[in-house]
Amino acid sequence: MKFTIQVSEGPYTHQASDTAYQFTKAALEKGHEIFRVFFYHDGVNNATRLTTPPQDDRNVIKRWSELAAKYNLDMVVCVAAAQRRGIADADESRRNGKDADNLAPGFRISGLGQLIEGAIQSDRLVVFGD
Amino acid sequence: MLHIINKSPFEKNSLMSCFACAKEGSAILLIEDGVYGVIANSSIAADIKAAMAKNSIYALSADVNARGIADKVMDGITLIDYNGFVDLTCDHEKLQSWL
Repeated sequence: MKFTIQVSEGPYTHQASDTAYQFTKAALEKGHEIFRVFFYHDGVNNATRLTTPPQDDRNVIKRWSELAAKYNLDMVVCVAAAQRRGIADADESRRNGKDADNLAPGFRISGLGQLIEGAIQSDRLVVFGD
Repeated sequence: MLHIINKSPFEKNSLMSCFACAKEGSAILLIEDGVYGVIANSSIAADIKAAMAKNSIYALSADVNARGIADKVMDGITLIDYNGFVDLTCDHEKLQSWL
């Protein structure tokens, strides 16, 4: 079955990002297809590579990046939500006249249409948030 | 339809709102703090029992265990793991997360 996953909560907030990750991993390991993971609202905070959790804690961001690399996941960050929260890739940073970028590996910045397309193209849209 | 509840019923009213809206035969899955709803003999246990008459109720075992309430789960609630969660979303064409 084909899934799109929506993540609307940041890391280390409550539990939505963790649940979304565990669900996505379980679905992939069962042989299902993840069409896209869309990070929306505070969920865009899952995409900053500057996160530095304590060594004995899970690294939520790195975990998503590694899952994306292993399964070639399409992980999309909402551009409007990202701009508000200071999440930028090199292009976005330059375009907005900023002095740095912080998008973690495996993520890409795009628009809300990507969520709608995911909902249309997939059999299921599973929403995780707060 | 599968309803997914992630808030404690002792903090938010999403579970009660869900009970009021869910059609007979729909499934309800408790995850994250929503699993506090499984506790037997709680102040809302009667509401859960009543809902069981028309809806099957599931809870995510990892979240139940993380909260130390595995020995308090009321009869009639089915505990599932993440694989079971994925299966539930496959079995139901429509999903509603009560955020």
